[in-house]
Amino acid sequence: MKINLKSILTIILGIFAPLSFSAWSDINMEPGATQLSQEIFGLHMFVFYVCLVIGVIVLAAMAFILFQYRRKEGVKPAEFDDSKTLELTWTILFALILIGLSIPATKVMIKAYDDTEGEINILITGHQWKWQYEYIEDEVGFFSNLSTSLDKRNNLAPKDENYLLEVDEPLIIPVNTRIRFLITANDVIHSWWVPDFAIKQDAIPGFVNTGWTYVSEPGVFRGQCTELCGQYHGYMPIVVKAVSPEEYASFIIGKKEAKIQQALLTEKLWEKSELVTIGEDIYQKNCVACHQVSGAGLPPIFPALVGSDIVLNGKERQIEILMEGVQGAAMASYAEQLTEVEIAAVITYTRQAWGNDEAGDGRIVLPKEILDYKNNKL
Amino acid sequence: MSAVIESNHDDHHHGPAKGFSRWLYTTNHKDIGSMYLWFSLIMLFIGGAMAMVIRAELFEPGSQIVSPEFYNQMVTNHGLIMVFGVIMPAFVGFANWMIPMQIGAPDMALPRLNNLSFWILPAAFGILLSTFFMEGGAPNFGWTFYAPLSTEYAPPTVTFFIFSVHIMGASSIMGSINIITTILNMRAPGMTLMKMPLFVWSWFITAYLLIAVMPVLAGAVTMMLMDIHFGTSFFKAAGGGDPVLFQHIFWFFGHPEVYIMILPAFGIVSHIIETFSRKPIFGYSSMVYAIASIALLSFVVWAHHMFTVGMPIAGELFFMYSTMLIAIPTGVKVFNWLSTMFKGSLTFETPMLFSIAFVALFTIGGLSGIMLAIAPADFQYHDTYFVVAHFHYVLVPGALFSLLAGAYYWLPKWTGHMYDETLGKTHFWMSFISVNLTFFPMHFVGLAGMPRRIPDYSMQFADWNMMVSVGAFLFGLSQLLFLFIVIKCVLNGKKATAEVWEGAKGFEWTVDSPPPYHTFSSPPSMETLKA
Ligand code: HEC
Ligand SMILES: [Cu+2]
Repeated sequence: MKINLKSILTIILGIFAPLSFSAWSDINMEPGATQLSQEIFGLHMFVFYVCLVIGVIVLAAMAFILFQYRRKEGVKPAEFDDSKTLELTWTILFALILIGLSIPATKVMIKAYDDTEGEINILITGHQWKWQYEYIEDEVGFFSNLSTSLDKRNNLAPKDENYLLEVDEPLIIPVNTRIRFLITANDVIHSWWVPDFAIKQDAIPGFVNTGWTYVSEPGVFRGQCTELCGQYHGYMPIVVKAVSPEEYASFIIGKKEAKIQQALLTEKLWEKSELVTIGEDIYQKNCVACHQVSGAGLPPIFPALVGSDIVLNGKERQIEILMEGVQGAAMASYAEQLTEVEIAAVITYTRQAWGNDEAGDGRIVLPKEILDYKNNKL
Repeated sequence: MSAVIESNHDDHHHGPAKGFSRWLYTTNHKDIGSMYLWFSLIMLFIGGAMAMVIRAELFEPGSQIVSPEFYNQMVTNHGLIMVFGVIMPAFVGFANWMIPMQIGAPDMALPRLNNLSFWILPAAFGILLSTFFMEGGAPNFGWTFYAPLSTEYAPPTVTFFIFSVHIMGASSIMGSINIITTILNMRAPGMTLMKMPLFVWSWFITAYLLIAVMPVLAGAVTMMLMDIHFGTSFFKAAGGGDPVLFQHIFWFFGHPEVYIMILPAFGIVSHIIETFSRKPIFGYSSMVYAIASIALLSFVVWAHHMFTVGMPIAGELFFMYSTMLIAIPTGVKVFNWLSTMFKGSLTFETPMLFSIAFVALFTIGGLSGIMLAIAPADFQYHDTYFVVAHFHYVLVPGALFSLLAGAYYWLPKWTGHMYDETLGKTHFWMSFISVNLTFFPMHFVGLAGMPRRIPDYSMQFADWNMMVSVGAFLFGLSQLLFLFIVIKCVLNGKKATAEVWEGAKGFEWTVDSPPPYHTFSSPPSMETLKA
């Protein structure tokens, strides 16, 4: 080999130079915020060091052999091709190392699988491409969407620290409380991962998986969906905010009051312009992923709303689609996700935007009509 | 590789036919082997181009060159092509060329089947690639195609994908039947099973794995087809089906599949290390037992890909322990290779360089595999770039390097020409550096929390991703050099001797380079090997 030691060192240094200016958290797992996550972190580091030692020994032995036994004038290669003792020794050695690894791993596993009920149980449902959180005991809930602007994603605005890791409404949990998550999905498989809690559970339609956490310090914890779930898989982050029990209580009260307020709003007689304003906002948050900002959709899978017969004329079918979704297609029901006002508004918006008001009957839909639809069904 | 010289008419009454029909109708194991190898090389560049698109998109945070939807198509097809279109056919190409020559047989046992199993492959990949031009775009659900993303929520082209997977499966099964039949029936007199070259052994076991699991894959895609078109609900929760069932079936195929892609590599590397150490392989029988036990274990570890689906704890523990067991035979192999080199007389020609890199970097991939096997820790690793780093370490500097090593090793035999050693070494060092530049930092971003299969990522991952992309572009470029080296070798390399490598052992080195169109019409004697 003409490569000498110096050039090899230069290459290695070149490769690893960035390490010196990387933060530790950029290259390794972090201990996280719960006892479980810290134990898993400890396990990770233990296994890592064992592997590191093995790796260093093997590679060093290899380097030594390559150097020492390179062809030399007049040195004949040995002829042995077997040694049962040696082979048995290292087989047993490997087995012992593995047993050494599996004992702590089993212990941590048993802890992670503790499935006693939580003081607070939260149902998490994965949707294409957002998370829904429902507080089972308090019967309130909401959806949590990515809040990073399109401008940032398209490099038209500067990105900041929480780029793609921020949501419009984070999940709020109290500290010092055992919280159990019940995790499921509504369409395809997603996976709910918050590294600081060491919870990664697949959200699978038709199944309810569980995970639990117990956070002792207030803080904000960020994660992402980790199962490929369609085109916006990279855009459904998770943000959990741990707050004091008092703050949590007032958050829940606020949610309950908002629910009552909503009911009142539904009865109100709305102006077209009010609805269009709200509707545009809702549309941007919920519909552009498929139907696009321009309303042109991405045919053939996602139909255009511009000039769609359903959007132009007779509003009954459109209400039905929003309320029931379309079986066997990506169009989900929004009856649960959006309030009556929001549904009415987004329908009104699609009927007014992109010239649809000129092309069709241009009628608006009132929240009351959505409520009537719901009541008729009952 | 295609340069089979026409000068062998003296000992054989017919040589190859002329023109295209030679390739279309050929039943000659060397021709078919060459076609498999060229096919996989072409697919390497197609799948590689997709990887380049992926890395360009991930060069910086923010949307770069493709839409998230197209990004998913790239990820999916990159995986499918590299697995089914590059690594597997390349190993079959090696099997075609080398198994008959290594066991002293005139050809494969079932030559017409051999022709068929090759020629349906371009059809399968033609179908797969044509979906890019269809309404709805190419498959976009990942090479693991989990239902219901690949059924209810798939683009309409999924049906073509299913058809294409069926054809690939048929091709693999036919190829495997042929290999097993050849090995069992056509060995030279005196070549008992425990005297077979290790490459033959590794393929013998691999072929059984293929026959066992390809039908399982076929079952999975057929169930998808039924769900999509015939109203069944195998994987549809709303109809009483079970999306997790899909994953069990897929990985029952998928885990043996990953060994299908690495066992023949073990065989190739063993020959090369032996040759360039000028010393017999250490622990031949334990090498065979290690391959066999890895193959057997591969059937009972599948759910380690599914630690986060919510299995009962007994399942988690079982799959954790069984997975850890695989480390034992794998470790035995690494130690045997080291012991083979120990006290040898080593030289570092290109095949040896690639083989040494294989052992070193495969060890790294194996060690990260042990970490991944630790189920509770896998809750953090699963579906992050740590996994991407792990399987690329075993597949690129693992399987792919073994293929490159084998290509350099046998290229002089196949073509009758030496390749350019300086260029070969340049290719090695470029590949070696860039492969690490590409895949090593993936461990870091994975541990730091970057999920796989995302088209955009948060700022903290930016530096490493840029480095990964630079590495990937360099790696892509290096493989163009390989293409150049192969073409140069075929067209005007120096004439190679029959033995090619000093100290190389095996029947293949007893025939001319290139070997006559038909080798061993009368079986060679084991005595010729004793040298
Ligand atoms: C996940 C993708 C997706 C999202 C998000 C989505 N849709 Fe749809 N939408 C579809 C698909 C797919 C169809 C076609 C269904 C079918 O097969 O008829 C559709 C159909 C429709 C139709 C009927 C159009 C026609 O001509 O058939 C309307 C109206 C509609 N969606 C409105 C909306 C509104 C309003 C929103 C936001 C609240 C929304 N959609 C969000 C996927 C989506
Ligand atoms: Cu998701």
